[in-house]
Amino acid sequence: MKIGIVGIGHGKFGNRSDATVQELAFEPFKQAIEDTENLGREDIDALVVGSVPEYHMQRSLPGVVAEYIGMNPQSVWLTEAACASGSAAIRTAYMAIKSGMHDVVAVIGIQKMRELSTEEILALMGRVGDVQWESIFGTTFPGYYALYANRHMHQFGTTKEQMALVAVKNHHYGTLNPNAFFQKEVTMEKVLGSAGVAYPLKVFDCCANADGAACVIMTNEKKAKKYTDTPIWFEGLGSASAQMSVLRRPNLVEIPSAVEAAKQAYAQANVKPSDIQVAEVHDCFTIAEIMAYENLDFCPKGKGGKFIEEKQSYIGGKTPVNVDGGLKAKGHPVGATGVSMTTEIVKQLRGDAGKRQVTSAEIGLTHNVGGIGQYTFVHILRR
Amino acid sequence: MPFKYFGKINFTPFTKVDAFADYLHKGKLMGTQCKKCGEKYFPPKADCIKCMNDDIKWIEFSGRGTLHSYAKIIAAPKGFSDIAPYTIGVVDLEEGGRLLSWIEDIPDDEIKIDMPVKVVPRIFEEIEEIKLYYTIEKA
Repeated sequence: MKIGIVGIGHGKFGNRSDATVQELAFEPFKQAIEDTENLGREDIDALVVGSVPEYHMQRSLPGVVAEYIGMNPQSVWLTEAACASGSAAIRTAYMAIKSGMHDVVAVIGIQKMRELSTEEILALMGRVGDVQWESIFGTTFPGYYALYANRHMHQFGTTKEQMALVAVKNHHYGTLNPNAFFQKEVTMEKVLGSAGVAYPLKVFDCCANADGAACVIMTNEKKAKKYTDTPIWFEGLGSASAQMSVLRRPNLVEIPSAVEAAKQAYAQANVKPSDIQVAEVHDCFTIAEIMAYENLDFCPKGKGGKFIEEKQSYIGGKTPVNVDGGLKAKGHPVGATGVSMTTEIVKQLRGDAGKRQVTSAEIGLTHNVGGIGQYTFVHILRR
Repeated sequence: MPFKYFGKINFTPFTKVDAFADYLHKGKLMGTQCKKCGEKYFPPKADCIKCMNDDIKWIEFSGRGTLHSYAKIIAAPKGFSDIAPYTIGVVDLEEGGRLLSWIEDIPDDEIKIDMPVKVVPRIFEEIEEIKLYYTIEKA
């Protein structure tokens, strides 16, 4: 039996010092219910929350969210896979429905990061490497991606200009997304001239820490028609892991968990990379989007820089990527990101994406990477 | 020499491989080797990933290797802003395994990926408490 999405909601991402974490969760949840026909809150029999607990003062997030949005006494639990927590939550919801244990499941991806200072976040995120042998030297999240960038530049001739072009594209599409943190074009000169964070990465090569929440409502084929005329189906779900430590990775020019998860998703959906008409990829840094093109086989290994240079990831190119602005322009509330990506693909496949619509898109993909590549989830959706 | 003395800030004071800090204090860079399948580990491991054997021995690493990649950290995390900016490097060690540490005494424009380097055991002199670490230097 197929499993699909019947409702979506997306809150405003950015600096949300106006709301608590549960108040943020309420926004997309309410929208998602309003997005469906004939679906009441009481029809939802489980809630999965995707989030990274360490950022919040509030402990045990699913509890406070379930109460605030009025889901008691239904079943609720948390999934965590660092920055891929949202897609991990979707995967567990899929399993819950597929098994027959639950019929209608709401997934809320949520994060409030800006309760912490940048220095604290740098320390917290830096500890997503191996703390015993790496963090003691003051590694940071951008630092790890800078290791990838320098090696990628060395091995394939990728340039800082090519990386900057990813930021230019994603900020361009961000201007078309009212939920994005940033809605302003940036120029290549502005990206290259921005302050250094972790050489060769600059401020505009990095996504921003943000607050935000997104929601999808999932159900099985039997029930879906009752709630919507345009369910969007999960056709392939890939999930894989890679070494925690960069010291044990086979190389530093790809995310091996992404390569493996993509292979699984393509096989299950029985589609080729060239069949993907719109993709949401994990551009936590510009180099990450370049590696994603390669790891998802949108282009050959080492040619990611050229792919953006030729504008193949723009609407009208081979595979439009992150046409909602990506993590770069939307901001990256870590637990919310995977769910946010999914809502965009649903909009695109429904034909509801407005100014950023990819014409008659039928097959879409999400690629959500956790940590520095420890976890990747690749989902292929179809109208 | 307890393991808590390894690193500017140590996050894991208790480990099965705490002898590493002792050796480092004596100027030796030690990894481990599985007694059953012979797999060598740096960073050292108490248990073999490959064959799941938990009987390992200590072996000395030469510290020789090549630079696999590097990153200059400008925005530093909590506890490291006093030494920022600093450059971290990843070294492919001659005996196998990799190591991450600070690159010292190599000017930015002379840092080249794949260049030969050596790893040198060190003690922080400017910190009162004993703090052990190692650096990546020109071979």
